[in-house]
Amino acid sequence: MGLQGRAAITGVADFKNERKYTGKRKFYTEQWAELTQLAITDAGLSKQDIDGLCCASIPESSMFAPATIAEYLGLRVNFAEMVDLGGASSVSMIWRAAAAIELGLCEAVVCAAPGLPIPSNPNPPRRDPTRLFGSVSANWGSPQTEFDVPYGNVAQNAGYALIAQRYAATYGYDERALAKIAADQRTNAQGNPNAVFYGQPITIDDVLQSKMIADPLHILEIVMPCAGGCAVVVVSDRLAKKCRHRPVHITGCGEHLTTRSVTYAEDMTVTPVGPAAASAFRMSGKSPRDIDVLEAYDCYTITVLLTIEDSGFCNKGEGIAFVNENDLTFAGSFPVNTHGGQLGAGQAAGMAGGMSQPVEGVRQIMGRAEGRQVPHCDTALVTGTGGIMSEQSAIILEGA
Amino acid sequence: MDFPRPLPVPTPTTEPFWNGLAEGQVRLQQCDDCDAWVFYPRSHCNACLSPNLTWKTVSGKGTIYSFTVARRPTAPQFADDIPQLIAVIELNEGVRLNSVMVNIDPTALAVGLAVKPVFHRQDGSTLLYFEPD
Ligand SMILES: [Zn+2]
Repeated sequence: MGLQGRAAITGVADFKNERKYTGKRKFYTEQWAELTQLAITDAGLSKQDIDGLCCASIPESSMFAPATIAEYLGLRVNFAEMVDLGGASSVSMIWRAAAAIELGLCEAVVCAAPGLPIPSNPNPPRRDPTRLFGSVSANWGSPQTEFDVPYGNVAQNAGYALIAQRYAATYGYDERALAKIAADQRTNAQGNPNAVFYGQPITIDDVLQSKMIADPLHILEIVMPCAGGCAVVVVSDRLAKKCRHRPVHITGCGEHLTTRSVTYAEDMTVTPVGPAAASAFRMSGKSPRDIDVLEAYDCYTITVLLTIEDSGFCNKGEGIAFVNENDLTFAGSFPVNTHGGQLGAGQAAGMAGGMSQPVEGVRQIMGRAEGRQVPHCDTALVTGTGGIMSEQSAIILEGA
Repeated sequence: MDFPRPLPVPTPTTEPFWNGLAEGQVRLQQCDDCDAWVFYPRSHCNACLSPNLTWKTVSGKGTIYSFTVARRPTAPQFADDIPQLIAVIELNEGVRLNSVMVNIDPTALAVGLAVKPVFHRQDGSTLLYFEPD
């Protein structure tokens, strides 16, 4: 049961990440068209090959996003899906696409995540800015509105800080190890000209001397928002044969979620990526020691630490020792987030940050990672994380 | 721009909890069928989905499960509260809730610290804060 590895990613595309975007503003439909055109060109496919799409929500249309995109691009699709799993959406789009292809519903699915600014609306809708709390719902009847927001537990920083603090009390903490994750990933970003921090390496001490935002999280342990956008095209084995690059098969997947607010997680330090990665490993017949590169969703350093532990690369509670003992750079003993991750390359808006990880895993396996290529890279674990460790998903990518 | 404090607007299901706080009492639902304590208030038990939940008054005592000291406001509405002492409290009944610690120096915050309720009144609402027990 599970994925048989009969679907592969054969094309990728991304916009350059920019902190202060100066280019032309574009609607998400327009970015979908551009990313799709780039991804299918990269793969060596034509528009007529595309018969499926996976998206996240688009600002132009709060409902019917897949139909809006299909119509705009002139696609006839046999599989259309909008995924609503926050930062886990991109990884989850990809396994849904692979599953639909293996079921025989379709043969070529575009999964895209735009994240460039949209044009300024000359008639902005009236919204009450005093009732906006980031991704936390402010709607009446939402448990977050009623039991999170009044206590100030809103947005992401506080939630991840709560997780880190609980981890520290349970297993002990070494702030230098957490800072090392940010520093090593920043080293990786030096091989990625599209990273917002390209040309700006940092040290562990730089991280520890940066501003404390919510104890124990320093600002350099938190992603930098930026403009960007990424896409992949997932195809059947039959179509993969006519593509230009080494096909990157999706051989395992998993997904897990239990709570929206981490307050109610059974154990804040035991994250949903555990069951998600276990499912992906089981399905692919791989184990953590088979993994050449880990592309782990990294909104915060603590997210990477817990993903390393809960995916099974070390025992629970031993993540800090693991990070201290391993070089996480592309040239190191355990390469993590070889493009810099979102900590080093920037977190593009929309769901694009989470699509950067699968795109990088694909580039590594295709042997197209240029200045940051991991030698002999055949197998990757890629994870996505939404909310405050609310939902996580995992895929195993393997070169043919 | 003025950012008024976001306060809870009770629903028919949650009203007994908020009314309890206004009266200086912590009330929780307990499941008649599986004995699980339920928080936040729900229509059905989140352990067994039974609709048979009974409101009970509890001590409100518990411990700090985790905490953070937010040195930048988590939202503009909390700019006057910096540093925010945000805590997740585990009540003695085992349920967890979001809260704010008061009457404590930030450096004294610790996971496992015993706490008791403070009924914090604000603009017609009562929020459940905590202080060291
Ligand atoms: Zn029950």
